[in-house]
Amino acid sequence: MSALRELYQEVILDHNKSPRNFRRMEDATRAVDGYNPLCGDHYKIFVKVEGDVIQDISFDGAGCAISKASASVMSSVLKGKTKEEAERLFQQFHKLVTGDIDAEKNLEALGKLAAFAGVSEFPVRVKCASLAWHTMHAALEARVETISTE
Amino acid sequence: MMKNPDDTLMAEFIERVDGIKGCRFNFPLLRQSVNGKPLVYLDNAATSQKPQVVIDALMRYYQEENSNIHRGVHYLSEKATQSYEASRAKVRKFVNAASVQEVIFVRGTTEGINLVAGSYGRKNIRQGDEVLISAMEHHSNIVPWQILCEEKGAKLRVIPMNDDGELLLDEYERLLGEKTRLVAIAHISNALGTVNPIKEMVAVAHRKGIPVLVDGAQAVPHRKVDVQDLGCDFYTFSSHKMFGPTGVGILYGKKQFLDAMPPYQGGGDMIKSVTFEKTIYNDLPYKFEAGTPNIAGGIALGAAIDYMGMLDMEAISTYEHDLLNYATEALRGINGVRIIGTAREKAGVLSFVIEGIHPHDIGTILDDEGIAIRTGHHCAQPVMQRFGVPATARASFAFYNTKDEVDILVKGIHKVIEVLG
Repeated sequence: MSALRELYQEVILDHNKSPRNFRRMEDATRAVDGYNPLCGDHYKIFVKVEGDVIQDISFDGAGCAISKASASVMSSVLKGKTKEEAERLFQQFHKLVTGDIDAEKNLEALGKLAAFAGVSEFPVRVKCASLAWHTMHAALEARVETISTE
Repeated sequence: MMKNPDDTLMAEFIERVDGIKGCRFNFPLLRQSVNGKPLVYLDNAATSQKPQVVIDALMRYYQEENSNIHRGVHYLSEKATQSYEASRAKVRKFVNAASVQEVIFVRGTTEGINLVAGSYGRKNIRQGDEVLISAMEHHSNIVPWQILCEEKGAKLRVIPMNDDGELLLDEYERLLGEKTRLVAIAHISNALGTVNPIKEMVAVAHRKGIPVLVDGAQAVPHRKVDVQDLGCDFYTFSSHKMFGPTGVGILYGKKQFLDAMPPYQGGGDMIKSVTFEKTIYNDLPYKFEAGTPNIAGGIALGAAIDYMGMLDMEAISTYEHDLLNYATEALRGINGVRIIGTAREKAGVLSFVIEGIHPHDIGTILDDEGIAIRTGHHCAQPVMQRFGVPATARASFAFYNTKDEVDILVKGIHKVIEVLG
């Protein structure tokens, strides 16, 4: 049970039920679709980048609790960050959910993202947690319109 | 002789904890625990577990008979060939084919369909022709036909279904037109559990001279299949969904069709003689069996058929019907649960969604309770689109599943709602 509680923490349940920045953005500078064909998760990530700063970020779509909470937490963490900072957080997040870093020892750097530490115990759910991040990454890189986890 | 009421009670008790005729005992894998809880395996539509006799058959082949078939004059080759061909004869009897020549070993249902598309389809389907499938097909009974239609400039048409997941038979008749060259339909839907009225559908197509292929992957584990009674021209299924090993399956085809079809793959065993100028193909069924097959798998499939015969297919159907009804009623009683696929005739499969909770999360929480179900689109994305859901959770049953396990599933679903609702 503890691993399951670790996965479905309060922060995650809360963001799943009341996702932040869950809206379309009309004046986005970039919008990218992210799919997980395995389970049908689909999100669109909107970013408004001015100069080097993410002025606004939002998302739309549907998927499991982990993927939706991840998109929501990501959007609240990245607002106002520079592209470089966003990229660094993406790397941190990825290491966290794949179990490459210990959340306990990196609480300060991870902040709210630490809630996703439990994902590393569920390898099949890593894609759920990282879908929004990969999509955001593609939006900042301005390379493609659609990405897929497969 | 009058049945002792105590015996009846005892039989009911055994079924409740140990499946039909207490058969759980024969499945070593089912004895394990997952996450500290007894395993409740409800993913049988994906693949079934194997009884000890099937595992033993695989081992015995490699320990005592391993050699190549149809080639050697030596003792072992003779023995392996006998076992393999005996298995083909068991399959013939199992589906009541007219002859062993009509029983072709393939890798599985997917290859069976690809064989017909690649051989019969390529030869007989031309530009402007139509292939008719249904709205509830597995991707393996969609994509091979799409590839063929694209290559030939033919058109793929689809029989629609109603909100219960039943095919619209009036529409079906209307779609069977001048240009229809083949109908390819599932006997039982893997995503919905719908049992299609194959015999009637075949009769309608045959009145218009159109052949029918049936994807029987989800049917053979649950009910007696008689290909001659159904009247279909092709019937294909997988060993691993009917308690046999993976990597082997069967394509049944009527002899006159198979005789007229070109080979599907070239190689050893499918020829009579080869020169650089001309090759003479082997007789049926070997014409469609190029290369060394999955010998151990074929032999062990025979063991699975023997095992099912021992339990008795009629008894299996009755037992599972009762179990599915029990599970359906139980899930109907849970607030927020919606069953996807409510056809009058169903077998084996219970697909559902829970209001506001993604199937993936259902799967993870049930897994924590030791319950294995499938979540996702079940390789039937058009079915998900038809019902307006991205995915479903699917519990699928076999004769070793019990009412006790259904009760555990129901408890697990309550837990899901408690955690995420």
